[in-house]
Amino acid sequence: MEAEVTFRVDGTSHRLTVDVRTTLLDALRERLGNTSAKKGCDHGQCGACTVLLDGQRVNSCLALAVAHDGAEIVTAAGLASDGELHPLQSAFIRHDAFQCGYCTPGQIVSAVGMLREAEAGWPSAVTAGQPADGGSGGSDGPTVGILTDDEVRERMSGNLCRCAAYANIVPAIQEVARG
Amino acid sequence: MRTFRYERASTTSGAVALLAEAPHGAFLGGGTNLVDLMKLDVARPDLLVDVRRLTSDRVEELSNGGVRIGAGVSNSQLAADPLIRRRYPMLSQALLSGASGQLRNLATAAGNLLQRTRCPYFQDVTTPCNKREPGTGCSAIEGHHRDLAILGTSPECVATHPSDLAVALVALDAVVRTEGPDGERVIPMTELHRLPGAEPQRDTVLRHGELITAIDLPPLAFAACSYFRKIRDRASYAFALVTVAAAIDVVDGVVRDVRIAFGGVAHKPWRAIKAEELLRGGPAGEDQFRRAAEAELADARPLAGNAFKVPLARNTMVRTLLDLLEGPR
Amino acid sequence: MSTITPRAMGQALDRLDGADKVRGLARYAFEHPVDHPAYLFPVQSTVAVGRITGIDRSQASAQPGVLAVLTYHNAPRLSTEDGELRVLQSDEVAFRGQIVAAVIAETSEIARHAASLVRVDYEGRTHNVDLRAEVPGHREHLRVPNEVLPLFPMDTAEGDVDAAMASAAVRVDEVYSTPWYTHNALEPHTTIACWTEEGFTLHLSTQGVTGIQAGVAQAFRLDPSQVRVISPHVGGAFGSKVYPRADVVLAAMAARSVPGRPVKFALTRQQTFSLTGYRPPTIQRVRLGAGSDGRLTAIDHRSIEQTSKLKEFAEHSTRATPSMYAAPNRGTQQWVAELDVPTPTIMRAPGEASGMFALESAMDELAIACGLDPIELRIRNEPDTHPHFHLPFSSRNLVTCLREGARRFGWERRDPTPRARREGGWLIGTGVAAATYPVLRLPGSKATIRADANGRYAVLIAAVDIGTGTRTALTQVAADALQADVEQIDLRLGDTAYPPAAEEGASAGITSWGAAICAAADQLRQRLATEHGGTVPADGLEITADTPENEYLKQYAMHSFGAQFAEVRVHEETGEIRVPRQLGVFACGRIVNPKTARSQLLGGMAWGLSMSLHEQSVLDLRFGHVVNHDLAQYHISSNADIGAVEVHWIEEDDPYVNPMGTKGVGEIGIVGVAAAIANAVYHATGIRIRDLPITLDKLLPG
Repeated sequence: MEAEVTFRVDGTSHRLTVDVRTTLLDALRERLGNTSAKKGCDHGQCGACTVLLDGQRVNSCLALAVAHDGAEIVTAAGLASDGELHPLQSAFIRHDAFQCGYCTPGQIVSAVGMLREAEAGWPSAVTAGQPADGGSGGSDGPTVGILTDDEVRERMSGNLCRCAAYANIVPAIQEVARG
Repeated sequence: MRTFRYERASTTSGAVALLAEAPHGAFLGGGTNLVDLMKLDVARPDLLVDVRRLTSDRVEELSNGGVRIGAGVSNSQLAADPLIRRRYPMLSQALLSGASGQLRNLATAAGNLLQRTRCPYFQDVTTPCNKREPGTGCSAIEGHHRDLAILGTSPECVATHPSDLAVALVALDAVVRTEGPDGERVIPMTELHRLPGAEPQRDTVLRHGELITAIDLPPLAFAACSYFRKIRDRASYAFALVTVAAAIDVVDGVVRDVRIAFGGVAHKPWRAIKAEELLRGGPAGEDQFRRAAEAELADARPLAGNAFKVPLARNTMVRTLLDLLEGPR
Repeated sequence: MSTITPRAMGQALDRLDGADKVRGLARYAFEHPVDHPAYLFPVQSTVAVGRITGIDRSQASAQPGVLAVLTYHNAPRLSTEDGELRVLQSDEVAFRGQIVAAVIAETSEIARHAASLVRVDYEGRTHNVDLRAEVPGHREHLRVPNEVLPLFPMDTAEGDVDAAMASAAVRVDEVYSTPWYTHNALEPHTTIACWTEEGFTLHLSTQGVTGIQAGVAQAFRLDPSQVRVISPHVGGAFGSKVYPRADVVLAAMAARSVPGRPVKFALTRQQTFSLTGYRPPTIQRVRLGAGSDGRLTAIDHRSIEQTSKLKEFAEHSTRATPSMYAAPNRGTQQWVAELDVPTPTIMRAPGEASGMFALESAMDELAIACGLDPIELRIRNEPDTHPHFHLPFSSRNLVTCLREGARRFGWERRDPTPRARREGGWLIGTGVAAATYPVLRLPGSKATIRADANGRYAVLIAAVDIGTGTRTALTQVAADALQADVEQIDLRLGDTAYPPAAEEGASAGITSWGAAICAAADQLRQRLATEHGGTVPADGLEITADTPENEYLKQYAMHSFGAQFAEVRVHEETGEIRVPRQLGVFACGRIVNPKTARSQLLGGMAWGLSMSLHEQSVLDLRFGHVVNHDLAQYHISSNADIGAVEVHWIEEDDPYVNPMGTKGVGEIGIVGVAAAIANAVYHATGIRIRDLPITLDKLLPG
C-alpha cells in the first residue's frame, strides 16, 4: 500500500510516494537523503532519531510518514543556517559534548525543543517534584525559571548517549540556556 | 510489519464506522506504542484509522468543577496544563515520570491508557505468550518477570499495565467517555482495564471499534496536594517497578478521605480500596499507613523474581502518604 | 626509540570532525549515498541448538519486491574456520538467534516483512546455556582458555597460597559475579556491500578496516586487494566492532547474489544482542590473606567464564591482578565453559572491567577486616617492581593517584562507619578503588606520509575513529612528529586504500598508529636531509613505515593506573540508588588532547556506573536467549543517572612506552568504578553487594 505525502524538511519542500509502513525516519534517511537524524533503536527507546515536527521534538522512528503528511520537519542539518552553526551546535563542539557523534544530531535537536518547552513554562519530573527527589511537589506556575542541572538532565534523558558524554552535554546546553 | 490500509475520517462517528467494518483494524493515535508493536509483528492491523487530529486536543473546565481532557491532548500538553497542575498535580507528575519529552509530545492521552504491556515475552513473537497468542502459555511465570505483576495475576498471565497516567486517573476516580458502534458510553477508569483471568488478550473492557473521546476528572479538592511517586531501575526514562498515586485529606489528625493507587503491580492500575477503607476515619500516621499498605498487599502472590515488589510497594505507599502529611523531607 | 617534542600534543583542540557531527553530516556506514540499493533482513533461529529440518521460503519469495531468499541450500560456500563467520553453511544451529536465512528485497519494509514469512523447522536438542550450573562439581566441562595476549599468561602462580591463607591473621574469601553485558553502541552494526568485477566494496561500521578486509577476503577466497572496506565514521563500538561477525559476511553474500547492486544491511537493536558479541558473565573467587597490619601475604583470583561452541573467546578477568599488589604468594586461574550461546567478544576494558570489580571489592573488605583505611591498605601493599614479571614499571603512579584523589574528593573527612550519614531519607556513602590497564601495542600498522612542496603533509593510515577522537589526536601526533603545525596535516583514515592498520582497541590506537607515523616522519626527515638538502622536491616525497619494535618491552612493565572515587545515596525505604558524584585521577602517560582524552575517561567512568547499577542482559535458560533485548529493557545510564563527574590526571613523562609517551585512555576510565560504587554502597548501607548489577531489590529493607 502506498501513499503520496509532502513534507517541508529543513526549509525545502518534498513530495514523494511512500509505502504506508515507512516511518518519518526512514523517509528522511532512505528516501530524501537526509541522514542527520539517526536510527539507534527504531522503537523510541534512544532518541537518536529526534527531529522537530511542526516545532516539537519527537521520535521520528515511531511516526508513520503517511500520518504526518504536510508536516514541517527540522533536523540538526537544518538548524545551521547560511553555514553558521546553531549556538547549541557550537557549544557542543566547545564542550566536547559527544564522541562518536551518532546520538548528537538528536541530542541537539532535542535540546532545541527542550529549551522551547522550558520557555513555554512546561514542567519536568524535576519541576513537578517527585518528593523523594527533593522537588517541591504540586507547583502550578507557568514559569520554570532558570533550569538547574538536574532539570536539564531529566529533560534530556530521552536521548541516550552510549559514549556517555552527559557530563559535557549538560554544561553545553546550560551555556546556551543561560546565554 | 504487514501492510495495511491507512484512512482518516472527518468525524469520530466516521472513524468508528470505518473500524466497525474491519475486524483486524485499529485506531492510530500518536503511534508511539502501536507502531512499535507493528514493527515487532506483535500488532498486525490491516487497517489504521488515524484519529490523532480527530478528538479534542483541549483541556476544559467542567461546570461541576471537574476537568475534561480531550482524547487527543498530547501527554506533554496535559502535563503542562495549568488546571491539571493546580488541581491534580499527581496527574502531571505521573505523565512527566513516564517516557521522554519526545514521546510525550507524540503520545495522546487516550493512547497512553491503551498501551500494551512491556512484558518481554509479549513483545517477542518467538516465545509463547497468552496475551499475544491465547493458549500458547505464559513464558513469564517461569521466566523473567522482575517487572511484572504481584496482584490479581492469573495462571495465564502476570503482565503489568505500563501506563503511569492510568494510575493517577484511577486514584482520581476519572471516567472515560467513548463512542462505539453501539453508541456512546461512560466507563469508570477503575473498570476500564481488567485483570487477566482466562482472557489475558483483553487489556480493557472496550469493544472493537470503541473510541475514547475524552477523559473526565471529577472535582476533588484535596487532590490539589497529591503525589505520584515512581520507583524504577533508572533515574529517568524507564518503566515502573512500582508507582504510587496518592492524595489524602487530614483534619485534626484524622483521615477524612484518601485516594491511593498502585502501578507496576498488576494487569490494571490498582486502586487500593482496602487500604483506603482502613484509613478513612482513623488517625493519620506511619503505623496506620503501614498497616493499610500491608492489608492491601496481603493478597499479593509474587513470583520468585518479583517478591521484592511487595515491601517496595508498601514502603513507597507509606513514604508517599507521609510526604503528603509532613511535606517533603 | 626517540621521543617527540610536544607542541601540538597537549593542546585541547576541538574535534576536527565536530562541525560535521553536530549537523549530522558525518557519514556513518549506512548513510553512504548509493544508487538503487537493495535491502537485507535476516531470519534468526528460534532454537538454541539443533538441526534445521526444513525451510519453506515460498511465501517470502512470492512477495512483490523480494529479490532472493538466502538459506544454507543456496548460499555461497565460504572458506573460513571462524564459526561465527560461517553463516548459512549448514543445517546446524549453535545458538538461539543464529542467522538461518535472509531476504533481499527492494525496500527495507518488504525485506523485513518477507523475512517474517520464511518458515524454518528444527529438530531441537537439549541445550546448555547456564554458566552457574557449570560451577559446583562440574569442572569437567571447564577448561583453561588459550592466551588472549601472549604477554599475559592465563594462569600464574608463585609461592604457596593455601599455606599462606591458612596462617594469615586476616582473610577474605568471597565470590563475586558480573552479568552478561551488551555493548549497545548507538549505531547498530551496519553495512552497505557491493559486488562488482573488481570485488567487494564494503561501507561498514567497524573498529578495523584491515581486519575486516582480511576476514572477508579469506571467507570468499579473494585476494585482499579485491575487498575495499571504508569506514570514515563509526557510531560507537566499544569492542563489538573489532572482529568480523556474521552480519558482514551475510551482507557480502547478499551482494554477490545481486551483482552491481549495493545491499544495505542494518541489524535491528534486538538482533545486535545475539549477533554482535557481549562481555561474558563471570563468577570469580578472590582470596586475600594479610597480617593484622594489612600487609598481604596471599592473593588468589580465579574466574569462570563462558564461550560458545563455535569459537573461543575468553575474557581475561584475572589479568590485572598480578600487576596490582605485592604479596609473596599469588595465584590466578582462568576457566572457560563452552555453552550453546553466541560467542562473547571484547568489551571496553575486557578483563579489567570485571576482574577489578572483584579484586577491588575484596581489598575494601580486607581494609574493613583490618580496621584500615582502604587507601592506606593499598599504599601498604604497593610493590617495588612488577610482582609477576619482576621488572621495574616504566612508570607507576597509583599511590599518587590515590593521594591526589583523596585530597580532591575530601576523603580525610570520611567516617568509615557504615550507615553513619543520612540526609532526607537517603543514606550516603563513599567508596574508592584502584584502576589499571596495560599499555598495549597491536601489530600490523603502517603509515604513509606524503610531503608536498607547499609544506603540507598527507598522512595516510587505515586507522578508524570510533568516537575516541583519533582523527584529532593523530593529527596532533603527526604535527609534532613532523615538527609542523596542525594546519599542515591532512590525515586520512578509515579506508583500506590507505596502508594497513591495527584495529582500534585495547587503548592501543595512539601507541600502535602513532608510533608508525613517528617512524615515517623520522625517515621522511632523514631522506629530506640526506637526499634533498632539507627541502621537499617539487613532485613531493613519500615515505611508508611500520610501527617499530619497542626494545623497552623486555625491560619494563608498562601499565596505566588510576584511582576511582564515588559518592552514593541509597534511599532508606525504597533502596533506590543514585551516584551524585564520581571522581577519577589517572596516570596514563602524556595526554595528547586534554579535551578528547577527558571525554574518554569521563565516558569510561559513566560506563562504570552503568555496569554497576543498570546493565544486565537477562538470559532465559529455557529458550537460551537474552530476553531484555532492547534499550527500554536493557538499561544503559541516561542523562539523569550521571551526576557531577570530575576527571583529573597526573603529569607523567614515560620515555619507554612509545615515541609520544602515551599510555592509552580508552579503557581505564571504566576500571574500578564498579568496585568504588559497591564499596560506597557498603559504606552507606552496611550491605555488601558482590553480584552486579546493584539494583534496589538488593538493598531494600524487608
